[in-house]
Amino acid sequence: MRYEAPETLKSAVTLLAKEKGLAFVLAGGTDLLVKMKGGFLEPDLVVDIKRIKGVFDIAKSATGFRIGAAVPGVQLGENAALVKAWPGVVEGANLIGSKQVQGRCTMVGNLCNGSPAADGVPALIAANAKVVISGPKGKRTIPVEQVPVSPGRISLKKGEIIEAILLPKRPANSSDAYLRFIPRTEMDIAVVSAAVNLTLDGKGTVKDARVVLGAVAPTIIVVPAAAKALIGSKLDAAALEKLAAACAAACKPIDDKRGTIEFRTKVAGVLARRAAEIAYKRAGGK
Amino acid sequence: MSGVHVSTTINGDAVEFVCNADEPLLDVLRNRLGMTGAKEGCGTGDCGACSVTINGRLVCSCLVLGAEVNGAKVGTIEGMAKGDQLHPLQKNFISHAALQCGICTPGFLIAAKALLDKNPDPSEEEIRFGLAGNLCRCTGYDKIVRAVQATAKEMRGA
Amino acid sequence: MPLDTNFTNQKFKQVGTRPLRPDGVDKVTGRAKYGADYNAPGQLIALVLRSPHAHAKIKKIDTSKAEKLAGVKAIITSADLPDLTAGDRGMRDILENCMARKKVLYDGHAVAAVAAIDQTTARKALKLIQVDYEMLPHVTDVDEALKPSAPVIHNDIFTEGVEPTPTKPSNNNKRASFGHGDIVQGFKDADVIVEHTYKTEQTHQGYIEPHACVANVSPDGQGELWVCTQGHFVYRNQCAALLGMDISKLRVTASEIGGGFGGKTHIWTEPLALALSRKANRPVKLTMTRDEVFRCSGPTSSTSIDMKIGAKKDGTITAAHGVLRYHGGAFPATWAEFGAMTAFACYDLKNVKSESIEVIVNRPKTAAYRAPSAPMAAFAVESAIDELAKKIGMDAVELRIKNAAKQGTQSSYGPVYGPIGIGATLEAAKNHAHMKAPLGKNQGRGMACGFWFNFGGQTCCDINVTPDGTVTVAVGTIDVGGSRASIGLMAAEELGLAYENVRVVIADTSSLGHNDMTDGSRGTFSTGMATIAAARNCIKVLCARAAKMWDIPEDAVVWEDGHAKPAGTNAGNFPPLSIKEIAAAAGNTGGPIAGHNELVADGAGVSFATHICDIEVDPETGRSTVKRYTVIQDAGKAIHPSYVEGQYQGGAAQGIGWALNEEYIYGKDGRLQNAGFLDYRIPVCSDLPFIDTMILEIPNPNHPYGVRGVGETSIVPPLAAIANAMSNAVGVRMTHIPMSPPRVLKAISNRKH
Repeated sequence: MRYEAPETLKSAVTLLAKEKGLAFVLAGGTDLLVKMKGGFLEPDLVVDIKRIKGVFDIAKSATGFRIGAAVPGVQLGENAALVKAWPGVVEGANLIGSKQVQGRCTMVGNLCNGSPAADGVPALIAANAKVVISGPKGKRTIPVEQVPVSPGRISLKKGEIIEAILLPKRPANSSDAYLRFIPRTEMDIAVVSAAVNLTLDGKGTVKDARVVLGAVAPTIIVVPAAAKALIGSKLDAAALEKLAAACAAACKPIDDKRGTIEFRTKVAGVLARRAAEIAYKRAGGK
Repeated sequence: MSGVHVSTTINGDAVEFVCNADEPLLDVLRNRLGMTGAKEGCGTGDCGACSVTINGRLVCSCLVLGAEVNGAKVGTIEGMAKGDQLHPLQKNFISHAALQCGICTPGFLIAAKALLDKNPDPSEEEIRFGLAGNLCRCTGYDKIVRAVQATAKEMRGA
Repeated sequence: MPLDTNFTNQKFKQVGTRPLRPDGVDKVTGRAKYGADYNAPGQLIALVLRSPHAHAKIKKIDTSKAEKLAGVKAIITSADLPDLTAGDRGMRDILENCMARKKVLYDGHAVAAVAAIDQTTARKALKLIQVDYEMLPHVTDVDEALKPSAPVIHNDIFTEGVEPTPTKPSNNNKRASFGHGDIVQGFKDADVIVEHTYKTEQTHQGYIEPHACVANVSPDGQGELWVCTQGHFVYRNQCAALLGMDISKLRVTASEIGGGFGGKTHIWTEPLALALSRKANRPVKLTMTRDEVFRCSGPTSSTSIDMKIGAKKDGTITAAHGVLRYHGGAFPATWAEFGAMTAFACYDLKNVKSESIEVIVNRPKTAAYRAPSAPMAAFAVESAIDELAKKIGMDAVELRIKNAAKQGTQSSYGPVYGPIGIGATLEAAKNHAHMKAPLGKNQGRGMACGFWFNFGGQTCCDINVTPDGTVTVAVGTIDVGGSRASIGLMAAEELGLAYENVRVVIADTSSLGHNDMTDGSRGTFSTGMATIAAARNCIKVLCARAAKMWDIPEDAVVWEDGHAKPAGTNAGNFPPLSIKEIAAAAGNTGGPIAGHNELVADGAGVSFATHICDIEVDPETGRSTVKRYTVIQDAGKAIHPSYVEGQYQGGAAQGIGWALNEEYIYGKDGRLQNAGFLDYRIPVCSDLPFIDTMILEIPNPNHPYGVRGVGETSIVPPLAAIANAMSNAVGVRMTHIPMSPPRVLKAISNRKH
């Protein structure tokens, strides 16, 4: 294996594009090194992108936030403006692994790992976040949900690197929340998860909503029917019940070592309901 | 496999080493530099026994490549005591019987120090979540949490 | 001279205090050397090739390509480990577990091992070894393995303990039965009967340190082994036997041990490292990965237990009957027997029968795990007793008090009890503030009792007085959690020296006589006994030297407060002589001063505990949180109370993990699916509350200080205590451990319908 730590995005892209063997991007390494340790991956080239300018930046602008590809979880939590605007996004990212892992893990890495159980991703999708991709043919920007394709697979082409995540500007009276179910309090992979992003009108009625579920299908899924259940409501019991039912209906989970179909389906609705309540309160609803 | 040449700082000392490109920092510390205080309990970031700091951030050294620490500042358990003076956490771990077998202790100390550096007055809950990345199988964590509480109090008073 | 082991109720000056442990500084500075922390000059790195199949015939192993790889220095298969066990079935099973012979018996079973110049080369070599397997049907479930349709794993196992011995082989290697009275009549006399089948899943000790060793065998037949182990003498004896070495030629040094809990009482890869070293004529280091620890060391049994208990309306238990099925992994064992012996040990029962059925499955060899087999049996018994109390309408603690065993009770497994602590722990629980504290919504409180035998065994100790009058104590049991401090306290107490003037070391196998494993909660009990005896023998020598210095008869000298004194005015009028003074003169009075003792530490006092637990259950997700936990246990005498508390807390925490989330999950293919800390889910710091402890001291009459083993009993009650709390919180009786959220949520929804 070769290790390269280029100082420009361009040379990183070139290294990856030219490599004939197995090449991987290294940012936090908290997935890549685990796979290498277990012998599941034997890369020929690892490109460490952390020496590239700007990859550790969190930039706030008129259009929202731009988060560099190598920003670790802990740094997201330290950015007060980001936490205020996108508490659900940050709490999702901050649930990845331990404090030790937080010192390294990135949202982009979490996304590129392609797991339907990724904690960092549902809230990004609920937020309508986008990724900026650099590749041999230049830059392109796509919605986050178009990155994962199937468990462990993503839509990026050879030589492409996600350089940043873009979070849109927040309208007034809006907020988000992310909840996951794990059997312990920490250190587990989500058995099922839910992210809810809400915008209210001045009177506390839900104007816009986006509901996303994790670990209940081959990829993280957006559930429009669940969002519809909330829009126009003040999160009354009937709306929440409809939300939970819509979530349960959207689940296509599997039985595995982490949970059962029955469990995931039931708990998806519970988490979506609880996340909606948190997001609603954060958005100023009462 | 050609080696990667790395210049780094460990516990304030300039250190140079050559490692394999795919070699975790933990293996470099233990096998090349003779610093066996960081332990491998899992090699996958699930137990925290290999905890070190890199540029002040708490990490699992099993999830960092040796090659990555070129130019960085690494902190390990070997650098926690200053001369013959143990860090208050080290003293309190002994006096509170916060270790039984002791294999997780270096990792806990590094993590606890990182926690207190950031939050000098943590609640019990903050301590427990702050140390959730470090597994201990002997103590049930009771005396570890108490030792950290006692240290926080002592260091705030000092 | 043998020790009078009787408890004498002596007044202590140091025992019972909490001095700093002598190995503390090494362990907080990263200096302490554990298994993987040692390297020998010129060492090779070894890796083991393991079976990916649960059950298969090994048709052929081709190592030729791997042998040609540059840097590979030795490769071994079972052919390099000839069977020298001469009909000893137990040793043959150990050999076969260390390296598969004709068949692989479980996912992870070793088939070959490589020693190479480095890890990278060894990894490459493993990939070049080709093994041809012929797949065989497998069985991993304890109940499935007993069915007539199950594949028979060993064709030479015929159930022991049934008359007549079966003519067909099976996966049931042994049956046994314990108890007394007439259970048929007992159940007729009962007003209320509770009957259930309980299941518990397989768990692992989960020590944080993977197995590691460095072996160094020379062509002259001498060898050294550095290893993390709970018993270096037993490792030595077994490795020497399997490798055909003289026991005396193999010197084993125990590293610091990063947890064992029973899992480091068996040899696993050590004979492979020794065989590789012998073949390569180089030192060989072999460290297991975490994946290997889960797949190929020795977890505990999964079980299936039929439990039936009957009682009168006044709470008197009239009969109890258990049938306990435990698996021993892929080899014959007697874990169910331990379960059957411990199941009813807390109670004074007129009619009781417990039957054990040992089962062989395609899983790794079962090893001891802290009070092995007792937690599962206690789960079944204590759950049933709680349900019985509910049915009768009696308080669960009162019902237990009414039926508790006491001095003079004939135990369900045979012996008549001496003074025991079950009643006292129950009374303490009844009066504990925890019992009266209010509970919140979705919270429930449960309690349960537990028992463990405790062991003694072969033990020795050397005490040497150094020229400056300080003392070294060499012992042969491992310090698994602070025992150096306890041993040091006992030596200091006897000699009248300051604790700081005693240094305790774990001797290697060439420096001390044979010592049994550090298991059965025997470290402080038995090594303490040997240390007290060695100290008393040392005092005799010290007195004799003082007599010589004073020129008076030896029996005219007494030892008090660390000084030799004339026995009375008739003996002479001499100022007391300190150890320091006697030691300084040793060269002129007969040479070095020492005290030794070798003994079989009989009379380990049985141990009882009662635990109280509050949990909160989220009824929408089935997730439970332990809110409060109290351990009440009889220690006999707490030598160093901090480390006694530590044992109570650690055992409870392991029990909580077992009760709620930990389990081995096997796929249909017979392969372990969660061989890592990520998905095995041991409790993390934020999962647990503080664990309150209450140490009771009911002296063991068979130990001079009254010590009972304290290490194991604390893992026995939690499974049941939490199940009982769960039942009280959400009204579901959980009969399957772990009570993981999917199981609990399912039970809650079934309750609603």
